Amino acid sequence: MAATTAPSGKRQISKRQLRDWVAGYVFASPFIIGFSVFIAFPMLYSVYLIFVEWDLLSPATFVGFANLAKMFRDPKVNLSLYNSAFYTIFAVPIQLTISFSLALALTQRIRFRDFYRAGFYMPIIVPLVASAVVWQRVLHPEFGILNEALGWFGIAPRMWLFEPSLTKPAFIFMSFWMIGRQMVIFIAGLGNIPDSLKEAASLDGAGAWGQLRYVILPLMTPLIFYNMVIAIINSFQTFVPAMIMTEGGPQDATLFVVLNIYRNAFQYFNMGYASALAWELFVIVVGFTLVQFYLSNRWVYYEEGS
Amino acid sequence: MRSDRQAQGALATGLQAAPADLESGGVLRRRQSETSGSAWETVRLAALQLFMTVLVITFLVPTFWMISSSLKVSTEVFAHPIVWLPQDPHWNNYVKAFQLLPLTRFIYNTLIIVLFAVLGTVISSALVAYSFARISWPGRNFWFGLLLATMMLPDVVTLVPRFLIFKNLKWIDTWLPLIIPYWGGIGAIYVFLMRQFFRGIPMELEDAAEIDGASRIRVLIQILLPLSKPVIATVAVFALLQHYNDFMNPLIYINSMDKWPLALGIRAYNDSYAKNWEVVFAASTVMLTPMVAIFIVAQRYFVQGIAMTGFGGR
Repeated sequence: MAATTAPSGKRQISKRQLRDWVAGYVFASPFIIGFSVFIAFPMLYSVYLIFVEWDLLSPATFVGFANLAKMFRDPKVNLSLYNSAFYTIFAVPIQLTISFSLALALTQRIRFRDFYRAGFYMPIIVPLVASAVVWQRVLHPEFGILNEALGWFGIAPRMWLFEPSLTKPAFIFMSFWMIGRQMVIFIAGLGNIPDSLKEAASLDGAGAWGQLRYVILPLMTPLIFYNMVIAIINSFQTFVPAMIMTEGGPQDATLFVVLNIYRNAFQYFNMGYASALAWELFVIVVGFTLVQFYLSNRWVYYEEGS
Repeated sequence: MRSDRQAQGALATGLQAAPADLESGGVLRRRQSETSGSAWETVRLAALQLFMTVLVITFLVPTFWMISSSLKVSTEVFAHPIVWLPQDPHWNNYVKAFQLLPLTRFIYNTLIIVLFAVLGTVISSALVAYSFARISWPGRNFWFGLLLATMMLPDVVTLVPRFLIFKNLKWIDTWLPLIIPYWGGIGAIYVFLMRQFFRGIPMELEDAAEIDGASRIRVLIQILLPLSKPVIATVAVFALLQHYNDFMNPLIYINSMDKWPLALGIRAYNDSYAKNWEVVFAASTVMLTPMVAIFIVAQRYFVQGIAMTGFGGR
């Protein structure tokens, strides 16, 4: 796999090779420049920012570890972490269960499968801002359709976005609406499971449940894992609904991490502190992802040789 | 049509676990003959059919309600029980939406921003992917590894420093921060998709000739890209979705209302005309419409791209 290079000691680089080298770098230069300017440099810059206090009006002053020390004791920061963790822990597993079940259902012998698939996918097409605007009203206590629908079953209306204990559950509920992407991935994976395996299982006396448990689920673990990693990363970065529907309220119940970072940077103009918070999120997300990859050896089934 | 099949093959190798032949549904058709049509099976499938129908309607209701409410008079919007369809469609809500805020301007701004951002994404991804797929040069694996690593990077880490950089460049309140970075091939998933695709195209055409830099561009434009229409379409559709949806970057960089894209415009309706639901819904429907049109036209590429990358443009 190593890039082919001439043995450097002998300095026998042919003209053609040299041309390849130059061409390679020239064609890759948008990324090399783009990465350096828009990713690598900003990341280094933000490491520096962790250690300064800077409101953009007066010059930056070096404060050492003050931002970090403050960060660990800041109740708002801890609350925002709690909110994001709460949201992620409840939303992701249920999302995966729903999208996987839908995918299973839509690979059965029922009619109009394409229509169902398009229907469940539809919410992804709705621009995020528009869906936040709509859901703010779907969840409206008096004129929203959720309370109306609950009323059909005799359930009393709730103050979804106005009562702190109900806001996160409402956000989690809303996230189930947007599982189309996960579903499409699962459908793709289910279509890839060879018939012969299921037949072999049913010859061995496995019923529908046995096939699911011993054939389908194991073969689907790579995709479940993939969807889970992506869903956790995305959940930790929820921003638009909180910004538009509740502005972090009520009583900071939807003050998620990214919203808190946004506020510190662009409303309170604490560039240094916001950078520290961003790095905290970075460490959490990357740490989470690495732990998942580490644990994946125990439950994700990889076919040999693939 | 040979190139199209190659295309599918190349997409399928993109991620081993994800197949491209979603449409074939081969598994299902074959099983049909094998299971005996027992009464129990028939009942089970009928129940499933019914349940799926109820569920899909539930999923469609919020969008339907938004569109239907955009045509109601306000007494219908705030009626109990809910009015699902307006008595007569009240198109005037749309006229009002266009009058209250410069909606035409928002549409125009979005068009320009998205056009140039998508163009940059496609062009730069194609160049970079070509280099990673077809040319051997020292450091290639290192840079490719870096590209893949950026997929796991939460954007938020670079949010503050990027703002400071653009501020120094005096790019605040211009569209440049929403466009220029995407000409840098930093959309890892797009480069990755294109690279996988290019690798699936046979090399013979290029091997024949002694290749120099100038003819490489021609190889890319005249040979590879015409064979790569499916992957270009997939990348373009997802980049379009990403930039059309983008809310946080415009929020941070664009202050003047006459430069806002639709995403900020919709929020302004929601903030300033919160009580005129029908107008807010009308503006939201205006923002939704192009997406529905694109989805209908390019559904194939949505499905393909998601199956390949697990990525839906957000």
